[in-house]
Amino acid sequence: MVFACIYIPDFWVQAVVRTEQKLCGKGVALLSGSPPLWNVVAANPTALRAGIRLGMTKAQATDFAGVQIRQRCEPQEKTAHAALLNVGWSVSPRLEDTAVDTLVLDLEGLETLWGSVEKVAQELAQCISKVGLVSRIAVAGNIEAAIHAARGFAGITVVAEGQERESLSNLPIDVLSTHQDLRDILERWGVATLGALAALPVLQLSERLGQEGVRLHALAGGTHQRSLVLAELSSSFEEEIELEDSVEELEPLSFLLGRLLDQLCARLEARALAVRAIHIRFELEPSFESAVQAREDESRKKTAAKEYRKVLTLPSPVRDSKMLLKLLRLQLQSDAPASPIQKIVLRVDSGAPRVTQNGLFTPRAPDPEKLELTLARLAKVVGDSKVGSAELADTHGPENFRMKGFTAAPVRNGRMQRMRLSTAEESGKEIAEPKPTTGFRVMRPAVPANVKMRAERPERIWFRGMQGEVKAASGPWRSSGDWWEERVWDQDEWDLAVEFESTRGKTEPGKNTFPLCGVYRIIYEAKSQSWLVRGFYD
Amino acid sequence: MATALATSLRSKFEFELRGRVATPFTYRDRQVFEVLSTGIPEIDISLGGLPRGAVTEICGPPCSGRTSVLVSTLASRTAEGEVCALVDARDSFDPYLASVAGVKLGKLLWVRCQNIDQALRATDLLIQGGGFGLVAVDLTDIAPQTVRYVPLNTWFRFRRAVEDTPTALLLMEQEANAKTCASLVLRLETQQARWSETRDAGTQDSTQYPYARLLKGFRIGAEVVRSRVPPVMDWNPRYGTDGRNASRKLETFKTEASWSFRG
Repeated sequence: MVFACIYIPDFWVQAVVRTEQKLCGKGVALLSGSPPLWNVVAANPTALRAGIRLGMTKAQATDFAGVQIRQRCEPQEKTAHAALLNVGWSVSPRLEDTAVDTLVLDLEGLETLWGSVEKVAQELAQCISKVGLVSRIAVAGNIEAAIHAARGFAGITVVAEGQERESLSNLPIDVLSTHQDLRDILERWGVATLGALAALPVLQLSERLGQEGVRLHALAGGTHQRSLVLAELSSSFEEEIELEDSVEELEPLSFLLGRLLDQLCARLEARALAVRAIHIRFELEPSFESAVQAREDESRKKTAAKEYRKVLTLPSPVRDSKMLLKLLRLQLQSDAPASPIQKIVLRVDSGAPRVTQNGLFTPRAPDPEKLELTLARLAKVVGDSKVGSAELADTHGPENFRMKGFTAAPVRNGRMQRMRLSTAEESGKEIAEPKPTTGFRVMRPAVPANVKMRAERPERIWFRGMQGEVKAASGPWRSSGDWWEERVWDQDEWDLAVEFESTRGKTEPGKNTFPLCGVYRIIYEAKSQSWLVRGFYD
Repeated sequence: MATALATSLRSKFEFELRGRVATPFTYRDRQVFEVLSTGIPEIDISLGGLPRGAVTEICGPPCSGRTSVLVSTLASRTAEGEVCALVDARDSFDPYLASVAGVKLGKLLWVRCQNIDQALRATDLLIQGGGFGLVAVDLTDIAPQTVRYVPLNTWFRFRRAVEDTPTALLLMEQEANAKTCASLVLRLETQQARWSETRDAGTQDSTQYPYARLLKGFRIGAEVVRSRVPPVMDWNPRYGTDGRNASRKLETFKTEASWSFRG
């Protein structure tokens, strides 16, 4: 068996640095506790070299120039750990979630796919760096030896089979996961390295430290064997960032969103998945008025921060972070949050990426990714509800359609009709010639009109300041429906050939957009007892 | 002397335009257009169809059959499985009628604008997005006076954007405004409305028995005002003619009212 262990040193610090790239290479110390009792709970080697010590108060820590002080952020640690898991699953489905900063992978049988174990380790290191973490990777014949080697050695380490004891002998006792009391005892005995611990006689060790002593002896010698505890595959992809200073402008917000999306896309890529929908959640700064109100009413608890939520659903799964950022920007431009943003949470619904292979004879259609961007831009110009494709409703009432999102659905065979025609020609059948339909232009909203009736048929019509004579008429075609609802409709439709005689004011040359001599559809609404011009034939 | 001056001027122009225009004094080859069917046999036989990668203008006064041509073309394209876009400058498209005429509404992106500014911006976005078989811009409900004010460079930009793409850009207006940017300009005019003849309605007064009469459709005349599209390039399998000798005189065709399509 071959196992690889991924260990992230200073995990708490790296989880913070991962979301704040400007902290890369700088000394960072993390504070935790309840204010005002803040203490340093983690620091990276640069900060430790600068003089930071764990347990320092915030006041002491801030005295060190060049050391960035941040608060420990558990949600960021959670997302960093999720990202790490995704990287692990991208290489091997057999994975143990040993600790928040440690994963163990079973590499058995992966040689044919990835090559040697060194190559696998290099691939892992590259993938982990893509999600913004620096790792130590060790490969060994047993799980514990791999874990200890990863904790003890920087970079990539391969422990040869049978050489575990020699390889681990120089590592300090601290790499072992055991109680502090036992470590203190070993320290008092002068046992500082795993080599020294492994050299102790196991029987005497058992007499003094019990079964834990025997376990530690096996661990130090690299002979401890155990089974892998497999982690369950997670399909949750979430990234979040809590901001020290609230963001109000779109540009800095885009920068942050871009980084989160990059990380999400890297995680999805590691699992060969793509984005199906993005759930955006912003925690907003409480507005001034509500803050004043909260202060006035002391008995009331602190009001919960307002939230901004939005869901961006994509017609086909996408993994291009730049395109996703553009879509998010367009969404935010059309519907901006009301207050400055304190916290950003992006959650992704994943799906299998789109297969782009098209047939040679598939009719042309817009690229789904580009189309989504175009639709978002169009929605920004004309409004969300004004772009899409029409879907007819099951009614004979006026405006019997609703708008739905447009998707360029794949066509099974677009040339089917042409093929049918060719086949019909070959078989000598008569091909029905297409008949052009008379077009109709709808006036939205319908224009009020006055109609003079004579012997129950329209004789003259007035609308938009014009008077016309009815030359031919067809109707009335009566229809009604939805009487059980408020939007009941009951109307008589007429097709009238009208010739307008006079123009008063509103039909200057070059300005009229309706025919002075044409066929109109006029309706009489029984409910409002009024005449309306619905449109004209064109 | 003159030759030397011409050479000098030529080299000077080429130097000034370097990086922007590759060969300013070289004529482009005459463009060969692929055409698409309008679904109206008379127009297709005469013209071969509407050119792809070019701007086509269909103009005419209100009630002259522009919408009929538009709906027919959309029906023809969507039936072939192509994705089309309609920029409706005044939100006057009737999806019910379009559906009856055979337009696959799921294949038609309908952009419902409120003014010409929105319409032109939407057109820009659609052309840049690419992938549409037909982008129709319906400006017929915008007053001609307003459309005249659209800068010529807008039409040039549209022409350049669709050039060398499989997209046909169809402009519907009351007057032709794109000038030389349009590769094909078709003008329509209604010749007469056709009403159903019934026993009761066969009187002199056409308003006398309105309940016994139906609008059957229109007889529409189409005239080619300008065309850079060579006469039909391909043999047209649907109509069984290659149309090479088809004349470009005024063509007339009939439209049918939507009720005649229902079973």
